Amino acid sequence: MAVAEANKIFERSSIRGGEFLIKETQASQIFIPEEFNEEQQMIAATCREFLAKEIWPRLDEIDHAKSPELIASLMDKAGELGLLGTAVPEEYGGFGMNFNTSMLVAEATGAGNSFSVALSAHTGIGTLPILYYGNEEQKSKYLPKLASGEWKAAYCLTEPDSGSDANSAKTKARLSGDGLHYIVNGQKMWITNGGFADVFIVFAKVEENGQTDKNLTAFIIDKTSGGITMNEPEHKMGIKGSDTRQIFFNDCEVPVENMLSERGNGFKIAVNILNIGRIKLAAAALGGAKKVAEQAINYANERKQFGTSIANFGAIKHKIAEMAVGMYATESAAYRVGQNIDDLITAFQAKGMSDSEAKLKALEELAIECAIMKVHGSEVLDFVVDEGVQIYGGMGFSADAPMDRAYRDSRINRIFEGTNEINRMLVVDMLLKRAMKGQLDLMGPAAAVGKEIMSIPDFGADEEETLFAKEKKVIRNLKKAVLMVAGAAVQKFMMKLSEEQEIIMSLADMVIEIYVAESVLLRVEKRIGLLGEERNALQKDLALVYLNRSVEKVNSAGRAAITSFAESDELNVMLMGLKRFTKIEPSNLKNARRRIADELIAKNNYTF
Amino acid sequence: MKILVCITNVPDTTSKITFTDNDTKLNKNGVQFIIGPYDDYALARGVELKEQTGGTLTVLHVGEADAEPQIRKALAIGADDAIRVNAEPMDSYFTAVQIADIARQENYDLILMGRESIDYNSGVVHGLVAEMLGISSYSPVMKLDISGNTVTIAREIDGGKEILTANLPLVLGCQEPIAEWKIPNMRGIMTARTKPLKVVEPVSVIEMTEPQHYSLPAPKGACKMIPASEAGTLIRLLQTEAKVL
Repeated sequence: MAVAEANKIFERSSIRGGEFLIKETQASQIFIPEEFNEEQQMIAATCREFLAKEIWPRLDEIDHAKSPELIASLMDKAGELGLLGTAVPEEYGGFGMNFNTSMLVAEATGAGNSFSVALSAHTGIGTLPILYYGNEEQKSKYLPKLASGEWKAAYCLTEPDSGSDANSAKTKARLSGDGLHYIVNGQKMWITNGGFADVFIVFAKVEENGQTDKNLTAFIIDKTSGGITMNEPEHKMGIKGSDTRQIFFNDCEVPVENMLSERGNGFKIAVNILNIGRIKLAAAALGGAKKVAEQAINYANERKQFGTSIANFGAIKHKIAEMAVGMYATESAAYRVGQNIDDLITAFQAKGMSDSEAKLKALEELAIECAIMKVHGSEVLDFVVDEGVQIYGGMGFSADAPMDRAYRDSRINRIFEGTNEINRMLVVDMLLKRAMKGQLDLMGPAAAVGKEIMSIPDFGADEEETLFAKEKKVIRNLKKAVLMVAGAAVQKFMMKLSEEQEIIMSLADMVIEIYVAESVLLRVEKRIGLLGEERNALQKDLALVYLNRSVEKVNSAGRAAITSFAESDELNVMLMGLKRFTKIEPSNLKNARRRIADELIAKNNYTF
Repeated sequence: MKILVCITNVPDTTSKITFTDNDTKLNKNGVQFIIGPYDDYALARGVELKEQTGGTLTVLHVGEADAEPQIRKALAIGADDAIRVNAEPMDSYFTAVQIADIARQENYDLILMGRESIDYNSGVVHGLVAEMLGISSYSPVMKLDISGNTVTIAREIDGGKEILTANLPLVLGCQEPIAEWKIPNMRGIMTARTKPLKVVEPVSVIEMTEPQHYSLPAPKGACKMIPASEAGTLIRLLQTEAKVL
């Protein structure tokens, strides 16, 4: 291996979660989706062909199915193609693909509405707890059958009184008199794949001598264990074909060897598995959004009003371009995180960690970025479906046109795998905790920004004329903006900041925008390096429009935060600082959006 | 049994077609390429027959290196090996000469391909190849069964359906519903990279045709609604405006 290549891998694998706020990343250090190889693209094409052949013609049937047999049989077909085993190692009957390939699979299978939810619940939260926390016997027993689809899995964490506050679950497990079984009692709800799952990952608290554990413990429960009953499928706003049930465990006997990991380790398992679910959700949402955008572009081209296609109207072009910009941004950031996860896994394995340990450690390290992507991906999808309905106009409101399902199915993404509010809090909470522990030096840079706002502003013109030099300065300034606001908020509220959720939401919005805007810029810079500037004119437009959007969002979120805690002189200084750090050279974004939209309208598809 | 499946590399059916070089060449920029849909049916049936008879299946493409992703997809679907004749085909005759040359060396029992490609749609390569090899050819084959040396073929003919039997070797131009398209599975995709893909240079062929100009069909005009009560107007317009009567 060339020294340069080795250095690159070393640099990439030394990445720390949240570090992007204080460290500049080089374009060469990130992965861009254009780098997926032919084999990975063929896998993605297989997923798309599968949806086109088996799922899209049956979307109505799936949503109106009276029994879970149809969706279960479609899962079997996905299993035959190997789509359920991409992330499972080869020794357990899977295909041992790396993390970013499984992200690509999540995206490519993400446009299957209810089916996508069933598939990702099985391959993600259903299978991964055993893959990452199971012992050898458990892995050998369950993984091959889960990877092939012979057994289907469901994940039982949520309860009627325990949702976001997962560790408050009331389901109990008590050891039987002979010490051979745990007797599980309790009620779980919103269980995806509940009606047809063979294997349930169940979180319960162990009870001993009248005392209940503080923390959850995870169990693998076979459907055949007995004592499992369930309600009819829930009536839901969307993803109606996903089989979602309340499940009751009544003296359900679980062999002691089916405890996953150790007693009391369940909350950690739940949190870490959700980390993976979050980043994968971003990829799946992207897949869904691309499909909706394609349909909306097709419709805009076909629908004629005032004697011309509505695609020729500026208002529609604006919508199409905004959809594209959002999706391009999610895509740029999601695969950047995906590759960072892979690089960290490789680095941890090199340090002697087992496969599972390395994966978990990598995901824990990048939990901030995973939460960022969950929020961004799900909100871009919601934006895209909303504008999709609008482009369809009256037909958008018809239950016979595709936007109806897309609109309803999108909404859950902002709720499950941790609501977007919980994820925003996690972003800020994890950043601050790491700063307190000294793992991430936010304090130093925040103090430097504090000094900078008291000094004479830099009037610019000092930037060299390299590619994106001005835009990179904008990103550096946005980082200063969030450090300034977060630093002041921490000083003001100290440990009580957690009670100021409104401020936390604003801080999270700033952090999310910065990470994503930086990712878009780095992707386009890398693309230009690979393909030249001429073939990236529209990508530059995408980056510019997104960057302007981020600057506005950081400004408004920053302002909302500052005005809710600063007063008099401090307020004025910080608002001045915010103004200084959210400056961007004006450009004609209307024309940029038109160029983006015109390309997609001509191609009659989303093609970036 | 030795089966050869010939595949074309054609623009995806939803591609927007434009031309370059003074409208004498397809503009490949930004166009997604796929295995010819009719060839895909031939390949799917070929794979089934290979499995049924325990034979071998080679996939052949006459074209340039940019077709290799599609060739590897055919390997992922189930072909054992692949040959690419490294040339930009000039016309059907050129392609047929190359296929026949390979077929002469390898003695295939069955040569399958689509009834036509979906780019230039000449639909004559199977006939030309068979003629060059001195064996029979049938098209469009919609059902194909093999028992020993006997092949049963069903095809649509004007106003009906024909079922016939023939003996190997044969060249067949296929179409649906001969088999269902196959989606490459994960195992297939992972083994495709280990399967041989041989690149051979073309045999020389005298250039018989040269494209002079391509043009797109005229855009669809606006739709004119004629009330049912005005059949006379409809007839007049069909005669004078649409000029179809």
